[in-house]
Amino acid sequence: MLGFPILSILTLLPIAGMIITAFVPKTNVKMIRGITVGVTALQVIFAIVLWANFNGSMAGINDPKGFQFVEKHEWIRISGLGVFGNVAIDYFMGIDGLSVLMVLLTALISFVGAIASFSIEKQHKGYFLMYLLLVTGMMGVFCALDFFLFYVFWELMLLPMYFLIGIWGGPRREYAAIKFFIYTLFGSVFMLLVMIGLYFTTQVQIGGVSWHTFSILDMMNPANHVTGSIFATIGNTWRYVGYLGLFLGFAIKIPMFPFHTWLPDAHVEAPTAISVILAGVLLKMGTYGILRICYGIFPEIAVATSQYMVIFGVINIVYGAFCAMAQKDLKKLIAYSSISHMGYVMLGMAALNSQGMMGAIFQMFNHGTITAMLFLSVGVLYDRAHTRGLNEFGGLANKMPKYFALVVICYFASLGLPGMSGFISEAFVFLGAFQTFQFWTIVSTLGIILTAAYMLWALQRMFLGTLPERWNNLTDINGRELVALVPLAAIVIFLGIYPAPIINLMSTSVNQLVTFVNAAGPKVMQAASIVR
Amino acid sequence: MDQLLSLSLIILGLPLLSFVIIIFNQKRLQQKAHLIGIPILGIALALAIYICYSKLSGIPATINWSTKWISFGNVPGVGEWNLMTGIMIDNLTAIMLVVVTLISFLVHLFSSKYMEGDIRYARYFAYLGIFTFSMLGIVIGNNLFALYIFWELVGFSSYALISHWYEKPGPQLASKKAFIVNRVGDVGMWTGLMLVFGTFHTFNFTDIFAAIQHGLPQSFSLLGMSPEATLTAAGVLIFCGAVGKSAQFPLHVWLPDAMEGPTPVSALIHAATMVAAGVYLVCRIFPMLTGDAMLVIAMVGGFTSFLAATIALTANDIKKVLAYSTVSQLGYMIMALGVGAFSAGFFHLTTHAMFKACLFLGSGSVIHAMHHSLHHLHDHHTDPQDMRNMGGLLKKMPITGYTFIIATLAISGIPLMSGFMSKDEILAGATAYSSLQGGIASVLPWIGFGVAMMTAFYMWRQVFMTFFGKPKKPEIYEHIHESPKAMIIPLVILAGLSFWIWYGANPIDPAGGWFMKNWAKTPAQIVPVATAAHFGESHKVETEAPKVEANGAVETHAAEPMEHQEILEHKTHEVAGTGMLISIFMAITGIALAWFLYMKNTALPDKIAKTFAPLYRLSVNKWYIDEFYEFAFVGSFMLFARMCAWFDTNIIDGIVNTVGKSTVVVSKIGGWFDKYIVDGIVNLTAGITQIIGMGFRSVQTGKIQTYLAWTLAGVVIVFAIIAWKL
Repeated sequence: MLGFPILSILTLLPIAGMIITAFVPKTNVKMIRGITVGVTALQVIFAIVLWANFNGSMAGINDPKGFQFVEKHEWIRISGLGVFGNVAIDYFMGIDGLSVLMVLLTALISFVGAIASFSIEKQHKGYFLMYLLLVTGMMGVFCALDFFLFYVFWELMLLPMYFLIGIWGGPRREYAAIKFFIYTLFGSVFMLLVMIGLYFTTQVQIGGVSWHTFSILDMMNPANHVTGSIFATIGNTWRYVGYLGLFLGFAIKIPMFPFHTWLPDAHVEAPTAISVILAGVLLKMGTYGILRICYGIFPEIAVATSQYMVIFGVINIVYGAFCAMAQKDLKKLIAYSSISHMGYVMLGMAALNSQGMMGAIFQMFNHGTITAMLFLSVGVLYDRAHTRGLNEFGGLANKMPKYFALVVICYFASLGLPGMSGFISEAFVFLGAFQTFQFWTIVSTLGIILTAAYMLWALQRMFLGTLPERWNNLTDINGRELVALVPLAAIVIFLGIYPAPIINLMSTSVNQLVTFVNAAGPKVMQAASIVR
Repeated sequence: MDQLLSLSLIILGLPLLSFVIIIFNQKRLQQKAHLIGIPILGIALALAIYICYSKLSGIPATINWSTKWISFGNVPGVGEWNLMTGIMIDNLTAIMLVVVTLISFLVHLFSSKYMEGDIRYARYFAYLGIFTFSMLGIVIGNNLFALYIFWELVGFSSYALISHWYEKPGPQLASKKAFIVNRVGDVGMWTGLMLVFGTFHTFNFTDIFAAIQHGLPQSFSLLGMSPEATLTAAGVLIFCGAVGKSAQFPLHVWLPDAMEGPTPVSALIHAATMVAAGVYLVCRIFPMLTGDAMLVIAMVGGFTSFLAATIALTANDIKKVLAYSTVSQLGYMIMALGVGAFSAGFFHLTTHAMFKACLFLGSGSVIHAMHHSLHHLHDHHTDPQDMRNMGGLLKKMPITGYTFIIATLAISGIPLMSGFMSKDEILAGATAYSSLQGGIASVLPWIGFGVAMMTAFYMWRQVFMTFFGKPKKPEIYEHIHESPKAMIIPLVILAGLSFWIWYGANPIDPAGGWFMKNWAKTPAQIVPVATAAHFGESHKVETEAPKVEANGAVETHAAEPMEHQEILEHKTHEVAGTGMLISIFMAITGIALAWFLYMKNTALPDKIAKTFAPLYRLSVNKWYIDEFYEFAFVGSFMLFARMCAWFDTNIIDGIVNTVGKSTVVVSKIGGWFDKYIVDGIVNLTAGITQIIGMGFRSVQTGKIQTYLAWTLAGVVIVFAIIAWKL
């Protein structure tokens, strides 16, 4: 354990950055950029410290003692609030094997995004303030163990995202921003309702007095459930409602078919850095939420509904890939490929076994790095050519050789070439899912072929062949862009060859989660059948 | 043994080193990249020969080394579960190491001149390096997962090298096609891997075989099939990978297109090594193949060899002939493994690698000369690869010509050549198998001998069209020159390796030679007896119904190790003599026919083509398979993709937008209601109040006496009311 509250530092550093930025005159763009890059770089350093001190043998999940870097402070305590009872809300932060990778990913992608933000051309101060607020929200979501706190961070991240797309986006930015905002808010409403229901369900004794808490860990323990309350453990149809309410909120974020159409619009309109953040981190909040909260609190429903979840996963994979194949805009193609790749995460989670879940979590990380690279690479081209039409290019390989080399790495990483990290996670997902759902896994392997097809086709149309004359003055990738892309490429290749460091971080926790879900599931179901 | 392990790791690392050095120094190295690649491959070759020699002469046991790669931790229901990876060196590996490094070294040497002046010279050598690395990885891995990884990497290097001249549309399309078609096969292979891993929890060859031998658990099931049927399915699914990589029907379509790559690449990747990886894979999983799986493999191989041979008959592009010939020969090898002639299949892989590399490099030498001549003439329209523009080149390019002829003798199966030995054993094996198995397998010897004749025919057709007869384009012929030494030396070495002496002392007794007898021995099959090949009624082995034990495992008796193989080998020996005579007869007939049609009576081929027009068109159009795929898969998939995209924007997003818009409409109605009804009522109330207020205002005069009077009146009224009530 460290002597300082590292999770709070990671989460609140950007707020500190915001305060400093607020005092910088808005004409001093260099300084404003510098602060953001500095803050996110510091975050990366702290994330590395966190990684170095993380103990992979501690499980976490439902065991409060298994969490690391825990910070627990009383935040709100109101007693005797009529029907609301005694309210206890804590500032409860902590991570385990499920969240540690997401924290590392958030730090990394935020830094990369900060560098990519240099191409922003207007209202710099506002942009970077919003950007920093966004980073706080994301980091908080992955660290929070109190549902109320989680929800606060969840909503906190929504606001800057809305403005970042709505002000600094492309031509249809307002439509995209409002669509993103309303869609997510729509999901959040259900999440809020279920959260309140869970609040009434959960009651713990603190100092001889009964308190209703928002602690996710308390909610996971059936012993804390008030008899007769809405989500009380025993065979309760309301628990299905609760699970589905939460699931809907998270599924919109993944985004799961058929709630995915906000994503292509948001990606196409968002500036490069925001696309990077969106695909790199935001989507993972959905799948992370399902693992942490849906699976944790409603394990028996997770077991009962996994057979439906897998179908949605497969639809995401195959349908997303088909849609990607028909796109003419490179950024839209990558957006749909994101939908397809997030399908693998769902497939792995639905498997409810160790390989599947490890694959899913590793895929979350890898999708974060690889898709970030893909969007960065689109940004590189768009900044120069101001178009992304797949059919408008050709022969860029000779014109921009360094850029081409990086593009080859990220395209092949995206199509799951062995030697790149994406392959390992996809392979694990398949290996896990095949043990549970043979038929659907075989169907989903179609995605492997389709991904190869649309990625190579895009590569061919844009980079091979001969260069149209209008692009004669394009310049190769520059130093700043390399700084953003090369570390990601290095990580992708390193983890493709030697994924053990990442797998070791989460294996204990994942095995614990698998045990927990599979044990709690049938037990609760059994109890339910007895009662009936 | 440890020494061999570390040496094998060094061999694996050397080409990767070459790749890394060259790729990061492309600008600096430019036209000198071969100075990195050639020596590195030379060292690798020397080490490979050393390993091969030590292994074959001194170490009969398999060298196996594993290390933990990824740990899944303490997996619920399983316990500690690690993903191991490691190296296995058996005779197969040892021989493959030499084959791969040798051909790669020679191709490096050849390319240093062939690719001279190319704009991406350095990159080309870098990719040769990564290809060799991946190919060596396939060969030395001791588990299916590692094999799969390198398998895909080989696909990537192949993609990169086919698309070397990516400015032209041909290489672009061909490279993409190669990658995607291979992926189709790989998906099947991957499904097989998942099936095996899900049940046996390991990818290691030895462990998988041990587990299967121990008995198939009931949980070993694909989509509800019985464990025995699942084992067949697993074998066939893994074989799908070989169908892709070794260009077997129905996934053979990529290989002829891959000829768009530079010719030395075709020699290395698309003739000698990568396409042989599929054959190697089948060799590796040979012990776990059930009788049914082997029948499928034999039929696929047999049909492919026939299909490709018929197409090769009419091809006019010098490389296309060789490409289809490669597909056909690979079909031979696959068929050999399917019929259980393991040694013969692997033997043919090795001999074919030598003479086919020689043929491809020879064709490269010819194309190089043609190209230079055309360049000299400033002719950019004539196709340098079309055999109809050649003829009589033997005089101008004697070394290329004679080495080409030697290799052609080998592929046609003429005695004293390596190809004769290996092909003969395959034919004997197929004959023996078909007589034992019966049924559909009866066609295999017919196919085998028929293909032998066709091979001799189209190969000699090529030799006659290219090297003999009168030059068809004298002006081109004038400027043809023999290729430089760096290109000739590999040809001579490979031609030398096409003679029998390297593989056994007696040229007409291949089975007694050291290659088949000592080096490539057939491994024992470990599949349950009930699923092994039965070889007809007379040889039926007594089998009991599998008993289900308490622990759920099906008790199975491992096949008596050599039972079936002994029968097969005995039969093979029986038919070998006759088979040999038939095969020599076929080869000579084929050559004679080619001589008659292309030397003696050159007008005849056209007449034959006209007489049998439908057959001719079928051959020229490659059985219309490409057209069918274009229509059935590419077209329909693209259509479906567009439908999905349309559905997404118009239906799903349409619903979202409609919901959004209706919300806006509802809120507008609400707004109107609010403004005119709710607010109206409010305003109405206010208005009434105002009017009343105005009425009352007149009363408010500010004079105290008036108020007093009103108050008095009020009091009177109140009292009046009370009085009234009372």
